[in-house]
Amino acid sequence: MRHGDGQTTYGLQIQPRVGFFTDTSVCIGCKACEVACKEWNLVPEDGLVWSGNSYDNTGELSANTWRHVAFIEQQVDDGFRWLMSSDVCKHCTHAGCLDVCPTGAITRTEFGTVVIQDDVCNGCGYCVTACPFGVISKREIGGDGGMHKCTLCYDRLEDGLEPACAKACPTKSIQFGPLDELLERAHGRLEDLRESGVDDARLYGADENDGVGGMGSVFLLLDEPEVYGLPPDPVDPTRNLGAIWAAAAAAAVVLAAGVAFAFAGETDG
Amino acid sequence: MGSNMAENHPVGFQWVMEARLRGAKVMHVDPRFTRTSAMSDKYVPIRAGTDIAFLGGIVRYIIENERWFDEYVKRYTNAPVIVDERFRDTEDLDGLFSGFDEDKRIYDTSTWHYAGMPEQETAGERSKGGTKGEQSGHGAQSGGLTHGEPPEEDETLQHERCVFQILKRHFSRYTPELVAEICGCTPEQFLEVAETMCDNSGRERTGSVVYSVGWTQHSVGVQYIRTAAIIQLLLGNIGRPGGGIMALRGHASIQGSTDMATLYNILPGYLPMPHGEEVSSLQEYLESHGSSTGRWAKFPTFSISQLRAFYGANATRENDFCFDLLPRINGDHSTYQSALDMLEGNVKGFFLFGENPAVGSANSKLQRLALASLEWLVVRDFVEIESASFWYDAPEIETGELKPDEVATEIFFLPAATHVEKDGSFTNTQRLLQWHWKAVEPPEDCRSDLGFTYHLGRKIRAKLKDSTDPIDRGILALDWAYATSGEHEEPSAAEVLREINGVGSEGKALSKYEELADDGSTSCGCWIYCGAFKEEQNQPARKTPHWEQGAVPSEWGWAWPANERILYNRASADPEGNPWSERKKYVWWDAEKKQWTGLDFPDFTPDKPPDYRPPDDAAGDEAIAGDHPFVLQNDGRGWLFASVGLMDGPLPTHYEPHESPFDNLLYGQRSNPCRQLHAHDHNRYNPAKDDAYPFVVTTYRLTEHHTAGGMSRTLAYLSELQPEFFIEVSPELAEERQLEHGAWATVITARTAIEARVMVTERMVPIVVQGRRLHQVGVPYHWGRKGLTTGDSGNDLTSIALDPNVHIQEVKAATCDVRPGRRPRGPKLLELVASYPGYEEESGDAPR
Repeated sequence: MRHGDGQTTYGLQIQPRVGFFTDTSVCIGCKACEVACKEWNLVPEDGLVWSGNSYDNTGELSANTWRHVAFIEQQVDDGFRWLMSSDVCKHCTHAGCLDVCPTGAITRTEFGTVVIQDDVCNGCGYCVTACPFGVISKREIGGDGGMHKCTLCYDRLEDGLEPACAKACPTKSIQFGPLDELLERAHGRLEDLRESGVDDARLYGADENDGVGGMGSVFLLLDEPEVYGLPPDPVDPTRNLGAIWAAAAAAAVVLAAGVAFAFAGETDG
Repeated sequence: MGSNMAENHPVGFQWVMEARLRGAKVMHVDPRFTRTSAMSDKYVPIRAGTDIAFLGGIVRYIIENERWFDEYVKRYTNAPVIVDERFRDTEDLDGLFSGFDEDKRIYDTSTWHYAGMPEQETAGERSKGGTKGEQSGHGAQSGGLTHGEPPEEDETLQHERCVFQILKRHFSRYTPELVAEICGCTPEQFLEVAETMCDNSGRERTGSVVYSVGWTQHSVGVQYIRTAAIIQLLLGNIGRPGGGIMALRGHASIQGSTDMATLYNILPGYLPMPHGEEVSSLQEYLESHGSSTGRWAKFPTFSISQLRAFYGANATRENDFCFDLLPRINGDHSTYQSALDMLEGNVKGFFLFGENPAVGSANSKLQRLALASLEWLVVRDFVEIESASFWYDAPEIETGELKPDEVATEIFFLPAATHVEKDGSFTNTQRLLQWHWKAVEPPEDCRSDLGFTYHLGRKIRAKLKDSTDPIDRGILALDWAYATSGEHEEPSAAEVLREINGVGSEGKALSKYEELADDGSTSCGCWIYCGAFKEEQNQPARKTPHWEQGAVPSEWGWAWPANERILYNRASADPEGNPWSERKKYVWWDAEKKQWTGLDFPDFTPDKPPDYRPPDDAAGDEAIAGDHPFVLQNDGRGWLFASVGLMDGPLPTHYEPHESPFDNLLYGQRSNPCRQLHAHDHNRYNPAKDDAYPFVVTTYRLTEHHTAGGMSRTLAYLSELQPEFFIEVSPELAEERQLEHGAWATVITARTAIEARVMVTERMVPIVVQGRRLHQVGVPYHWGRKGLTTGDSGNDLTSIALDPNVHIQEVKAATCDVRPGRRPRGPKLLELVASYPGYEEESGDAPR
């Protein structure tokens, strides 16, 4: 059984790592996930603005949108197609947001998910730049000032319930469960699609060797990730922190040596 | 076809997706590429309003290529029956059937009967006095058959007047090339659909058809569905698992409201509403509307038990069970006729429960003007909808057509409880009753419809209690006693369901409609719901999950009739009673036990052997042979040819929509000759084929909003998902009319002009029809003046042109013009519309 980073700290309370498998090939674009998420988590309405961008009037994930259904109208070789896909926080194995949070507001739960604690967050915004997916932002509505994102319905998980979006999804495009099982299912579905001739089908977030160590939200896509507004090769910006510090330390040593050398010269003079 | 299931029925669509995962092929034929098309294996664009041509082409394809399910067709349908020699087809009369009265625009249907039948009163004559369609809403259609077998048949299907040969001739010109010319698809696209349907037919396979209001909302809408029924009967796809025609209803419990008689011309259970001029006694009512054969032979038991449910102990044999107190109709009182009557000042008051005609009905401008002509109006809804606020915020205030201080309508707005604030049942598309329980008390003054109606009746009865005026007897004689509970004295919904279910002489809940009697010893509000309270149990409240049940989840809710999940399921077995195949096994004859058995409850007399043949003097159910599964029909067969019951023909025929840019390629008769027109100053029609209206317009809904918007435009989480009224056009049309994506456009018909933002999208596909490139304009109709997101109403564009059978409006296909920019304000709007052609009188301008 796979556990999140928090394995060592939760001891006996540790739970199997859970996540989402979003199979975009069966997403009908009903946006029930967006509404259920907002209803359950009391996420505020954030503007009645018609985008003209197909049926997507949500635009992107943010403090006020934790599920976002993308609509992509495409001319492809064998005609026209309309892709739909529900995006969400990736709950990364190596979560940059969590690593950079200076207040400890962002934690990894016993389920291996990544959650921002409202009452601890001071709104500094480091996590915004640390997320390679642009999931997090600051909520300005109602003077909130805090950073918000998907909690994978932590409160529901504690009560043994599935997240609101997965519960509301009519076509099982959003599936919730232990990540191991979801990954197995995702690979199986990919195989089925490939066999039926959908050559462009691919998994996103299912590779633990990717730049974020694999994601807690795995997607089955029918085109390049960029088409859906997903980064093709996301990297946790803190991944190379060790090397950066080592390089900085080396530079400091060189600098110090130089300075020492200069001063030494002065003394000599 | 005629359905955008993924968008408008997303919860039900999960089963389509599941079927697809299991290998089913999904095809979508529609004027627009929708979220349903995106989820389908095949999408075929067609011109709105041409589905009968497409479906008729499939009928022809099946017959020409000998793809029909021979044994099923010969034994289970009326294909072998020989029709009256006086019958003439549309092929003979250039688009008309025999019996058409040019002046009254109705048919004398006597020549449509089976050959060898006794002369009888006809549907056409019954509609004298200019009223149309009242007899069509109910189920009993005797056709004058005296025993279950039609007088003349040819089992070889070769007789030139047998139904099969008539059908073959009728559709003989609907070739793939002609379908393509009329519909605007290619012959190849059509053929792929036709072939796929045929491939999913026979002993081993079935296919199903899904439709919604994209089929019904036409001036020939009922016949769209008839064409699908013919295809499904030819392919043997009715009464079998994986088959059928699925009529998706518009929202929760619309099926239930139809069952319980929302329509003016039926009583609960599809019993006919008595017509004042035609029926003077109970005896006459039972005789003229009953059938001597088939299940409808029990009509007297349904009707008398219903009168007992209405009038309780006051209904006795001596007083004809209070039949004289039952309200009568004396003409067309359908919703559109009522709106026109309001305009004339002939309707004083009006109740609106959960309906918003000021946005949702065809020609909503006329609807608002009609509401403004009432003396009083009661609106029960969750919020103050446009049908309650029109007097101060209708677009007609801007144009000067209405002035708030001159609108004399007294409006009572009464807040309604939502479904989570009351107990009750939903009956949805699949005839399944599902119970819901109150989760919270309704806030403040909100009340359930049941509570409101009960207390209104109670108060009226209290006011009338000393009245001796005969007109009040109908109210005072009602059985109006219900147990109530709580602060607001809410009547028990379960008790009402029990009353609908019916009780026997010992006061116990009945368990099946066969127990109903015609002697007054039983009461039953709606015969098809009899059994919903079987064994004193609220059957719709059963919630055994499907994984704890067999292949047919009979213990989840309760389906009418008799908890049968597939109607006419005798057809899932072959004539000898064996399953057609192991794969499609459902209900079959157990020869040892001598009874029907299977996965579902058999929709057939349980012990009637497959080889049963009715004696000459048989009546009722005994008149139906053991191999005739369609037990509601007087001959037990599926009707390819409908000799009775329809106003506009025994077979479907392609007619152009009332407003169409094209001629009818098949016949001189352009549109449905029986369509109901109401030309009026406020219901001007676009002249057909007029260059001023070069485009086809169709209205529809989006997932994110609910019908006329009362339940969604007021909610932030839904409004933000579709926050503005837009129309959808192709890039080519945008280019042609200089429409800019995201900017404004004005859409014009002879009724009015509206403005909306422009969505330019490749989902709208220009098509070639009769050699001409045609553009279709998509108009979602959710918007109005109230709520968080506001806009013009799409239905301001649509006209009142109706199907003659059910008075439904043709809003899925009309013509329009589109211009860039916003519409004029104030009286200038009226000037713009007046500059466009239109006719408000049925005159020489009006096409046939």
